[in-house]
Amino acid sequence: MTTALEPISLSRERAHALLRGMLRIRRFEEKCAELYSLGRIRGFLHLYIGEEAIAVGAMQSLGPEDAIVATYREHGHALARGMAPGAVMAEMFGKANGCSRGRGGSMHLFDAARRFYGGYAIVGGGLPIAVGLALADKLARRSRVTACFFGDGAVAEGEFHESLNLAALWKLPVLWLCENNLYAMGTALARHQAQTDITLKARAEGVRAEAVDGMDVLAVENAVHRAAEFIRATGEPFLLELHTYRFRAHSMYDAELYRSKEEVEQWKRHCPIAGLSQRLRDGGLLTAEDLFAIEADAMREVEEAVAVAEAGEWEPVEDLLRDVVTPREARAQ
Amino acid sequence: MIRMTYREAIRTALREALAADSRVFLMGEDVGRYGGAYACSKGLLAEFGEERVRDAPLAESSFVGAGIGAALGGMRPIVEVMTVNFSLLALDQVVNNAATLRHMSGGQFSVPLVVRMATGGGRQLAAQHSHSLENWYAHIPGITVLAPATVNDARWMLPAALREPDPVILFEHAMLYPMEGEVDESGAGVDLARAAVRRAGRDVSLITYGGSLWKTLDAAERLEKQGIDAEVIDLRVLRPLDMAMVFASIARTHRAVVVDEGWRTGSLAGEISAQIMENAFDELDAPVRRVCSAEAPMPYPKHLEDAALPQAERIVATVREIYG
Repeated sequence: MTTALEPISLSRERAHALLRGMLRIRRFEEKCAELYSLGRIRGFLHLYIGEEAIAVGAMQSLGPEDAIVATYREHGHALARGMAPGAVMAEMFGKANGCSRGRGGSMHLFDAARRFYGGYAIVGGGLPIAVGLALADKLARRSRVTACFFGDGAVAEGEFHESLNLAALWKLPVLWLCENNLYAMGTALARHQAQTDITLKARAEGVRAEAVDGMDVLAVENAVHRAAEFIRATGEPFLLELHTYRFRAHSMYDAELYRSKEEVEQWKRHCPIAGLSQRLRDGGLLTAEDLFAIEADAMREVEEAVAVAEAGEWEPVEDLLRDVVTPREARAQ
Repeated sequence: MIRMTYREAIRTALREALAADSRVFLMGEDVGRYGGAYACSKGLLAEFGEERVRDAPLAESSFVGAGIGAALGGMRPIVEVMTVNFSLLALDQVVNNAATLRHMSGGQFSVPLVVRMATGGGRQLAAQHSHSLENWYAHIPGITVLAPATVNDARWMLPAALREPDPVILFEHAMLYPMEGEVDESGAGVDLARAAVRRAGRDVSLITYGGSLWKTLDAAERLEKQGIDAEVIDLRVLRPLDMAMVFASIARTHRAVVVDEGWRTGSLAGEISAQIMENAFDELDAPVRRVCSAEAPMPYPKHLEDAALPQAERIVATVREIYG
């Protein structure tokens, strides 16, 4: 497993940006949980809390030309990709000013301008899409990376094996980012896979692979940077297995009968935000005032996002059928 | 007018599309070296190369999904799935991704994907290669479903499908590939909005699509000898249905029989019957009848397969029941 060990050698500005990136996702989602209990957000809500280092670290190493394919647990990816928090929160509310016009909700965030190709809520369903996006780039002779996030649960799906094979066989520039949080909803990896080393599965499909400490944002950033460089240089896919842990329940319906409180507490000691804060303080890169300011920024951003969502309009019922297919007037011949 | 087979019409359309638009590529099982399971793409690998005529592994879900992704990425993929039976392995990608992405993204993304597949029975291929599941796809909002029944439609529906900004599923009845027919070189008269009257008549409207068209036309010839003048409507587009043409026909004939190779329960024929009841009830002089496939997995022996599929005799008998 690769880890970026101390001493930390990064500027104060970059250090703060990484910490801010994770903290704003944490505070945003804590607010989502609160709003869910108030009934303002409905449907399924899958929180990323505990896993923020992956989205933040990965997005640092990807450019605006690259494409993102994500899962139903994608609030963090959307925010780290630079999507407006207000548009994301409005989407959770189901409002028309949401990033998907309110039609998708928490599990289906989209942003064409940021090449954010969406949250996919059928486990494994986004992987073939990533193959196709990368194939389009290859055929059009564009040098871009398609980053595809998925969880350890997806490795059980045939589409995982099929898609990795296609990417390797056709030499497609896909960065596979497996967020291994140890549970496919409530089923532990070892309870559904005979081979629990996901990098071995990838290698069996002809895809280079490395495991990374997904609780360490610097390790993630570094690994994604190197993997993306490899992909840009060779045009071939690469898989990173990012070891992480979800601190909250799978969704708001989950009673967490499948794991012990001790296990959760144990993992919380590896909190990516607390861990980075500590290292930055130890390295003299973060003062109490800095942290206070970052927290205040994050909280302000969350409040503003909620205000945007509150102020949003409901899509008129008359528009229910709009965009089932492309409207005639919008068709280019 | 030039004469060619249904298979040649598809190959001509594929070749033209590949030559005309660098965004178009063909991908699927055995489309390259083998030349296509039904030889539709024979010769195209040599002509256009491996990048644009891509042999895919037997991984329907992923190569159909890759087609969706490539369409999102600005290409115009044509994905060939060997048969509709195999397409069930890719149903998740079609239903949950291709059909939903535009609406679910609030109109941000379109999926200009064309999926072609063979369908239907009649070749003694038994219960895993013979079914007619067009209605499964016609059930899904967000996609267009085509069933070219003539050589001319086989020639011109593909280019029309490639002009669509949203997913199109194109069903080619496997019995039609060797059929010869006339192709109008102008492409006039083929669009994705209208059904077609294949035979004008005054006494009964026979509504059908795909491989059943020819059995229905055969039945109409037999009925003529018995003094019944049947109109035959080829739906051509199974979603969205051109019901206006069906209603207009029924306004002339006042009787309708729907011929559909799908199983009766939950069939397209059921949908068409319901729409006739809702919209043209007052025009009817007799109940709408359906001729569908027997509700059993397709059997292998010829006599049982023949009995399971709609046949001209059964169409004639059904018309006589409501005409007498």
